[in-house]
Amino acid sequence: MLHYFVGNLGHFFVITSFVSGLIASFAYWRATVLPELTLKHSWTFNGRVSFVIHAAAVVGVIATLFTIIYKHYFEYHYAYSHSSRHLPGQYMISCFWEGQEGSFLLWMFWHAVIGMFLIFSRQSWEAPVMTIFSLVQSFLASMILGVVIPVLELKIGSSPFVLLRDALNDPIFTLQPEFVPRDGNGLNPLLQNYWMVIHPPTLFLGFALTLVPFSFAMSGLWLRKYSEWIRPALPWTLLGGSVLGLGILMGGYWAYETLSFGGYWNWDPVENAVYVPWIVLIASLHALLIARSNPTALKLSVVLVLSVFLLILYSTFLTRSGILGDASVHSFTDLGLSGQLLIYLLFFTGAAAVLTIKRWKEMPSSEKDVGAYSREFWVFLGAATLCLMGFQVLVPTSIPVYNKLLESFGLSSNLAPPANQLEFYSRVQLWFGVVIAILSGTGQYFWWLKMDRTKLKQELLGPVLVSLVLLAVLIATTRLTQPAYMVLALAGLYVIIANGKLLYRTLKANPGLSGGGIAHVGMGLMLIGLLYSSGYSRVVSLNNTGLLYNREMGTEFNRDNLLLFVNEPRTMGGYEIEFLGERLEPRHKPGFIKRNEVEPTGDPFKVVAKKNIEYKGKPLFAERDTFEIFPENTFYEIELRKNGKAVATLFPRVQLNPGMGGILASPDIRRNLDRDLYTHVSAPMNREAEPEWSDLQEIRVHPNEKFFVNDYVAHLDEVERITELPGVRLTDDDVAVKIIVRIEAERDTYTLEPAFLIRNRVDVGRIPDESGELGVRLTLLNIRPDENEFVLGLQTRQKDWVIIKAMEKPFINILWLGTGLLTVGFLVAMTRRFREESGDASSPQSA
Amino acid sequence: MKKTHIIALLVIAAAIAIIVSTAGDASSYVSFDRAYQMASSGNRSNIHVVGELKKDPSGKITGIEEGADRLSFSFILIDDAQREQTVYYNEPMPPDFTRSEKIVVVGSFEGDRFVAGKILLKCPSKYQETKLNAGV
Repeated sequence: MLHYFVGNLGHFFVITSFVSGLIASFAYWRATVLPELTLKHSWTFNGRVSFVIHAAAVVGVIATLFTIIYKHYFEYHYAYSHSSRHLPGQYMISCFWEGQEGSFLLWMFWHAVIGMFLIFSRQSWEAPVMTIFSLVQSFLASMILGVVIPVLELKIGSSPFVLLRDALNDPIFTLQPEFVPRDGNGLNPLLQNYWMVIHPPTLFLGFALTLVPFSFAMSGLWLRKYSEWIRPALPWTLLGGSVLGLGILMGGYWAYETLSFGGYWNWDPVENAVYVPWIVLIASLHALLIARSNPTALKLSVVLVLSVFLLILYSTFLTRSGILGDASVHSFTDLGLSGQLLIYLLFFTGAAAVLTIKRWKEMPSSEKDVGAYSREFWVFLGAATLCLMGFQVLVPTSIPVYNKLLESFGLSSNLAPPANQLEFYSRVQLWFGVVIAILSGTGQYFWWLKMDRTKLKQELLGPVLVSLVLLAVLIATTRLTQPAYMVLALAGLYVIIANGKLLYRTLKANPGLSGGGIAHVGMGLMLIGLLYSSGYSRVVSLNNTGLLYNREMGTEFNRDNLLLFVNEPRTMGGYEIEFLGERLEPRHKPGFIKRNEVEPTGDPFKVVAKKNIEYKGKPLFAERDTFEIFPENTFYEIELRKNGKAVATLFPRVQLNPGMGGILASPDIRRNLDRDLYTHVSAPMNREAEPEWSDLQEIRVHPNEKFFVNDYVAHLDEVERITELPGVRLTDDDVAVKIIVRIEAERDTYTLEPAFLIRNRVDVGRIPDESGELGVRLTLLNIRPDENEFVLGLQTRQKDWVIIKAMEKPFINILWLGTGLLTVGFLVAMTRRFREESGDASSPQSA
Repeated sequence: MKKTHIIALLVIAAAIAIIVSTAGDASSYVSFDRAYQMASSGNRSNIHVVGELKKDPSGKITGIEEGADRLSFSFILIDDAQREQTVYYNEPMPPDFTRSEKIVVVGSFEGDRFVAGKILLKCPSKYQETKLNAGV
């Protein structure tokens, strides 16, 4: 039985949300333009009702889609391709936004929530702002509409409620239209991470918040209320800045913890696509702060505020149209929505441009020049630097777009993004960072104090001297060597000290005003943290085995990775490092278990304990217990020692998910106060390929006799008659015997149990037993009862191995601390501006 | 002239400088032949080459050689102009390397050897699948 109802209901909600969004926009438009007060009121009422219906419909879509995922209705394509029965509950939330449709929904959801705030805060800008707001919402709703216009054969939007049989062209559906797969394809292991549960909602809330200042600015232009929109838009911009910034950083943190490219930021086009709007948002924020009291910054504010939202749309286009295909490692593939996205982008860009150009001459501005000692001058410089900073990233990120554009004119272009992205961007962004730091350290004094030449000297001499002294300390105590990095460190210190000095005064006088100071100190800390953790990230897994890996390639090569065999210690970066073996993760209990302590069952999700299993001295499972594991995950237990004492045990992870077509390595991070040690697997041993065993060597042993296998001491402990053999049916005529061989390895005792079987008195079967960790396979070749002797076949191979890479990230905690302060600063400033605004009755009608 | 205008002019100048420097640093997608010409004429810049792994008639990938201790490897890539080229890469083989449909190598020729500094893999995405596989 297919569950048609829930999908139809969902689709109905989608259509309702689209239509009610349009109606809301229309009603609010009437309410804005009609002169008569009673009509205004009734249209406003209509608009409100429609928007509330719209919001309810959006919640309805989300609820139905979530039901489909949660109840495992695999007849729906969305559930089939993003979820599976074994997926832990919390990750069903991430399933929701793994697909494009779900992430559009998430974005719409935040718009709906913010829209309700805008309506119910009863502010006088409601009608014009909500006209624009609802229009954007309808455009978004059209992305998941999934409606085909009959005559034109034009498909609008991609619905998340498509049935599997309509999405996939599989012959089974012609035979069996009601066919439902037993399980789904599962969630990409990359997204099975708690950061992926909270990062997308945060990022999309940031996206959604940029629409508010955009709507206010458009309304201001539309109604010719050129300066009145600034105050209500300001707190939303601050909130947007903090949330978007936090969202981006969570993404970086997720990458740091989950991906093994060795850092939190890679200048990938997808990352750049959100970095640019955020930088411009910060620039717009500074312009708005000036524009509140000085019309000089009005035009700049309008342009920047509008650009932020348009850049968000552009970034959506870049990441979702498939245009970045060859350039980025993680963008969405095209869902056939690129045309619609392009229309969406061009429509709002066109509308914003036309309105701005039409009103440009009318917009007030100041005839007076800004003086070099005015706060405006410094803030302008800062905003300009921020814009250039964004521009430098935007231009190369858009290279695939230029190629497409040229292609559409019949030209061909083979332009590729810079070969070394990290170096290309970092090299330039570093100097922008220096300029920003100097401007914000100095500019704060112009902001708070009436400055002149002597005052400037008097105020800044202290911070400059202290920064220089601290720089000297850093140079003396850390490896700060490159001149460019020294300049950046100095600039970072300066911004912290200069702002810190002012912050101290503000905190004493009026803590409510301290938002800017806190945020700027946070930025300074971030600069220092970025400088050290990225600039001085050091590979510690340098190869020191003395082997030249590839004679032809020179010595520069092959130094970053370390090959570790089980139980063979190496030295690395001042540590002694040892690989202890592969570990599995039980599903319902914390801890790790050894692969050789369990045996598989028919179900890959379940294993049976071979003996009592302990983890860190606590019993986990008893012998013969059957329990669940996560079969995709293998952990590699690696111990780090200093002077013979264990200091850390790392468990970097490798996930296999054939359904997703991938193998994924995630690092384990050893966190210290002053540095992180970041270790990931760069190549795991291939379990599918049969390893190469040495030729069989015969050894003869007696019970309770010591012998050597692969340099380990072994004992033949016992001989046992066995009545059952896995995979073999034994009859009364069969004789099966196994011997138990105990092998003492460096850390553990292993038992191997090769078996010997005589069938119908003539046929002989030999079932070898092996241990990859020891690199040993034993076969019981023959039994000589007269001599009480057993003939064993010994084969050896390379022991299990893993290749790892380890890096040190100094002072990374300063980066996280700085981010925290930046966010706190934004929130303090936002609280202040919301308070100011609610005590203030600026309105398009009454002003 | 007002200071705001000076700032505006400076911004424009900086923007132009950014565009020019981007154009200078941008890499390009080329064939192995072109890459070889570039390298032999002294151009040491890194370029992108798109290609596929060499396969034998039965569809098995051939030509992959792992270095001693598996910390580096080389493989044969056939570019869009059908030229075969051995590519050296100084990292362990990415686990899903042999599954990729298309490979972009970023690097340059050193003598007759193409040395890749970075490899981008285009793996068959689950979004492109049109057949059922799991759980049937």
